[in-house]
Amino acid sequence: MAEYKKEIDQVTGVETTGHEWDGLKELNHPLPKWWLYMFYASIVWSVIYWVLMPSWPLVNGYTKGLLDYSQRAVVTAEFNAAEAERAETGKMLLEASLEEIRDTPELLEFAMAQGKVAFGDNCAPCHGAGATGFEGYPNLQDDSWIWGGDLDTLATTISYGVRAEHDDTRYAEMPAFGRDEMLEKDEIIQVANYVGSVAGLPTRQGVDLEAGKVVYEENCAACHMEDAKGSTETGSPNLTAPTYLYGKSVEDIIAQVDAPRHGVMPAWIDRLGETTVKSLAVYVHSLGGGQ
Amino acid sequence: MSAWKKHQIFEKNSLILIVGIVIMISIGGLVEIVPLYYLKSTIEKTEGMRPYTPLELVGRNIYVREGCYACHSQQIRPMRDELERYGNYSLAAESMYDRPFQWGSKRTGPDLARVGGKYSDEWQRDHLINPRSVSPTSVMPGYPFLMDAKLSTIEIENHLKVNAMYGVPYSEEQIASAKVDLLAQAEPDSDAAEAFEERYPGVLIRDFDGNAKEVTEMDALVAYLQMLGTLVDFSLYDEKANLR
Repeated sequence: MAEYKKEIDQVTGVETTGHEWDGLKELNHPLPKWWLYMFYASIVWSVIYWVLMPSWPLVNGYTKGLLDYSQRAVVTAEFNAAEAERAETGKMLLEASLEEIRDTPELLEFAMAQGKVAFGDNCAPCHGAGATGFEGYPNLQDDSWIWGGDLDTLATTISYGVRAEHDDTRYAEMPAFGRDEMLEKDEIIQVANYVGSVAGLPTRQGVDLEAGKVVYEENCAACHMEDAKGSTETGSPNLTAPTYLYGKSVEDIIAQVDAPRHGVMPAWIDRLGETTVKSLAVYVHSLGGGQ
Repeated sequence: MSAWKKHQIFEKNSLILIVGIVIMISIGGLVEIVPLYYLKSTIEKTEGMRPYTPLELVGRNIYVREGCYACHSQQIRPMRDELERYGNYSLAAESMYDRPFQWGSKRTGPDLARVGGKYSDEWQRDHLINPRSVSPTSVMPGYPFLMDAKLSTIEIENHLKVNAMYGVPYSEEQIASAKVDLLAQAEPDSDAAEAFEERYPGVLIRDFDGNAKEVTEMDALVAYLQMLGTLVDFSLYDEKANLR
């Protein structure tokens, strides 16, 4: 190919590139001007970006750029600022008593908003979006509380959980009366029917409820109390109201006496922090079951 | 016009053109990839990281087998909303023993990078068997068969060995006792569990699936889920030293 010189194609009237292959010539259609200038501008921008932002790797580090931008620094600052903002109202919340929170619209609004959001992500998976629970996961709307339903108690339960991996967790374990052979099969059936009768559940025909009562007094009353109302001190459920976690029939009671299931609630204090826990306690308390 | 002439050398000799392309791409690759292997900020060492126990490793395989990564990411990005919901942003070091990593690229479900300890074993179990039983609006499929699938111990030693080959610091003893350890972690009352605890101090030893009779795939998957993101103690993590 010879030196480049301008040549106009006869047929189309368009300039050629001067390239020729076996007699075929290429028409010169340059890139649109707007595209070309944007391309140049982006090259210029990349140089500016190198100067301002972290970009080139070096032997022992990288060029930090004049702005000294760090994604981690930015997000940490944003997060801390939000924490501080919350802490201000949150601190008032922590210092306020239940009545004060209830009577101070500003505090109540804050606690309810924060509690609702935290509940949706952290609590709803087990207790349900409406806090009505599932089998094995307590209903937070009713008046039945295993560990107590006043504000401080709720905050403690949320903080440290139940049977959780935390040193201060709440702990209660019912013996496996059947599996560990502490009671005979007959006795378990008797006591389960007695408990069912106390809770107003239909009992099996022909079971000696009086005998069940004796078994109850000897084995169960220590934790669930003489009147079967349980104790929130020891986390022993109230047996008189059929709000049982693991089913509402005498058969379910038999299963639970035989080899009890023990639910676990995680400890949240390390994950959520004190302010959020307090807001959650206020929120849960407001759902209807609070004492 | 001499540059034009030289340009023609590339245009007229395809072999030289290929060599030229390879050289240019290599420069780009070297500049972008090689620094990742030596820059301090990309290979930060973090306290608390330990290799997976055999049970967690198998649980992780089940996670991969069932394609959990298709809907769940394991990477908390440095953005405020993600920090608020999931906790501290993920560190590269937290996937140092992941082969392959499970960062994922899509969230149909929530991020799982720090799901460990967030829910109880019982919830994980109920949720995996039938997600709708505890989360009525969930679109996640159920995995009830994991409860019935007895955990296979075949090839577990080799699995640890291959990981060790890649630099995961499994000891000879850990590799030799992998088969026993695999089951011991889900059998808290057994003698093997004690020896296991000595080999892997501080790990969770529980009957994860609530079925004491046998160790199932559910045990393995829940064991894996319950340790995700729990190894690094962020109250001790020095953020300022690792800014970038």
